[in-house]
Amino acid sequence: MNPLYTLPVDEPAYSFGFLDEYAKREVRRSILKAICIPGYQTPYASREMPMGRGFGTGGLQLTLALIGPGDTLKVIDQGADDSVNAVNLRHFVELTCPGVDTSEHTAEASLIQSRHRIPERPLEPSQVLVLQVPYPDPLVIVEASESRRKVMHGEGDYSRLLTKLYEDIVQFDEITIAHRYPTRINGHYVIDPSPIPRFDISKLHQSRALTLLGAGREKKIYAVPPYTNAAPLVFDDVPFRVEDFTDDDGHRRPCGRCASRESFLDEIIDDSGTRHWQCSDSDYCNEHLAQADTGERP
Amino acid sequence: MGYVAIKGGGRAIQGADAALDALRTREGEQGTPLSLDTIENQLRLLTSRVISEGGLYHPRLAALAIKQMQGDTLEAAFALRAYRSTKPRLLQTPVQNTANMRLIRRISSAFKDIPGGQMLGPTPDYALRLMRMDLADESPEAFRSMAQRFLDDVPASDLPDSFPKVVDALRAEGLLPALENTTQEAFDITREPLVFPVPRSAALATMARAETGSLLAIAYSNMRGYGDVHPTIAELRVGYLPVMLPHPVTGEPVEAGEVLMTECEVVAMYENEDGSGTPTFTLGYGACFGHNEVKAISMAILDRALQKGMRDGPGNPSEDPEFVLLHVDGVDSMGFASHYKMPHYVTFQSDMDRLRTTQQKQAQSEPSTPGDCA
Repeated sequence: MNPLYTLPVDEPAYSFGFLDEYAKREVRRSILKAICIPGYQTPYASREMPMGRGFGTGGLQLTLALIGPGDTLKVIDQGADDSVNAVNLRHFVELTCPGVDTSEHTAEASLIQSRHRIPERPLEPSQVLVLQVPYPDPLVIVEASESRRKVMHGEGDYSRLLTKLYEDIVQFDEITIAHRYPTRINGHYVIDPSPIPRFDISKLHQSRALTLLGAGREKKIYAVPPYTNAAPLVFDDVPFRVEDFTDDDGHRRPCGRCASRESFLDEIIDDSGTRHWQCSDSDYCNEHLAQADTGERP
Repeated sequence: MGYVAIKGGGRAIQGADAALDALRTREGEQGTPLSLDTIENQLRLLTSRVISEGGLYHPRLAALAIKQMQGDTLEAAFALRAYRSTKPRLLQTPVQNTANMRLIRRISSAFKDIPGGQMLGPTPDYALRLMRMDLADESPEAFRSMAQRFLDDVPASDLPDSFPKVVDALRAEGLLPALENTTQEAFDITREPLVFPVPRSAALATMARAETGSLLAIAYSNMRGYGDVHPTIAELRVGYLPVMLPHPVTGEPVEAGEVLMTECEVVAMYENEDGSGTPTFTLGYGACFGHNEVKAISMAILDRALQKGMRDGPGNPSEDPEFVLLHVDGVDSMGFASHYKMPHYVTFQSDMDRLRTTQQKQAQSEPSTPGDCA
């Protein structure tokens, strides 16, 4: 390196959306392909982002390729806007996308990037949900080789996945897949819906909003288009079961804060060792609480 | 009870940043901030590793990344890569000829006498790893005169510009297969995802920016017995490669600069590739930015192993392109290992639900033990 070379200290700020324009165009083209083939894992040349692989770089590239001035972005992690990773991602978008608004309210957002949850409030046709994906392929639990998995997807061959579910029932009398539940999209491709709980799977089915899923490290983009069937993989005689929040007396536990009996709950153990339950979706909880205060039913 | 879950994320992140910087500067008034020159020169192998794994030849920015990341090679390479994402690809370099490298070191373990001769150069290979206590408290005067005295002893005319390549001699003797001119364009891993099967150029590019330790571990598995490359180093060279680019007006190749790089060619046991013709030795190739000999050797061994796996099907992990190429990237693997530190409350809640349900079902189906009234 030329010893006379000095680093520019006043280099202008990064371009809008951090990524160069060619990269954003490539992501947009892959999104279009993903929407055209619901559930198909579209390969793309994922770029390195300035946060760790596994921290939502796939979702972030989707968000940055789609967002423009006038958009309102909501970022959540574990259902909460104030979780460290959500704060970090939101801050990064604010830094690199001037003219973009951010909001903590699901209803106000045109674009929602989320990790591990789908908001409780049903989404609108004008909204896009971006989910961060660590493992894009549901077949990875039965087949390690990606080239062999690609053939299985193409042929709609999910027999080994069904065998795994069957073996669970034989061994444990229960399907043991907790989250990332394999879900068939539009009658063909089975997707890994990202680590959302089983509780959220039904929200993908015939959703009015577009759902995009981005895996940065594994370099895949896939989509559940609006008004598309999304069905968890089950057997006719074994019903799909979501997380159980009934107490010992058989009542549905309410949120300890807003008293909702309809939301996914976080289990919290306080200093005295007592367990409490609270909404995982913080915006839903706040709204429910405000409505309860004014005497309205949500 | 208030909303306890995970409030205050923003303030916590700021606090973490401040704490990191406090540790970086904790020497206080006695401390001297590291200059980028110091890092680039005195920690040159660290800089080499970071430009190589970052996949961006920018020693200055690499030095800055090393300073900022407090010496963490994975984080520093990561910062370089992320910087790279902001830059468009303007040009594809034509094929560069490494025979033109201005060498600082080249050896062959195949022949005692090679055209141009062996040149040990700067290497700790035969140094005794005894602690040099005199470096612990080095005087600036002695430090400053060292390099000058070294060069004084060498007349400039003794420094040849380039050396012939050992593998060319092997080819001339018919011990290696003749070079085939390929018309296939090189695979650009920064613009195309790896969809298997991938061409050899995709494998080479992936390994060139792979994490050194990861490459070494998989190559070592092949050396120890999970594989059978049994390499001999035909040539290992370290030096500055002139980068030739087409002139924007005339189109003629002009030297745009030079990059420090390490190149290794290993010769492996002979094969009769197509069953006909004469059997010849086989070749494995490794090259990367910077001075990283272990990386270049590991890459050359794995190139040989992967070529075998691509042809015959993998017989062990080091011959499996998916296994090797998808697990050697430091930015990917380090990021994913780190991500486990993030909150996983929702998925863990879901896991607990499955375990509790399974436990309950098992308890119901088991007859209770007599005397157990809990």
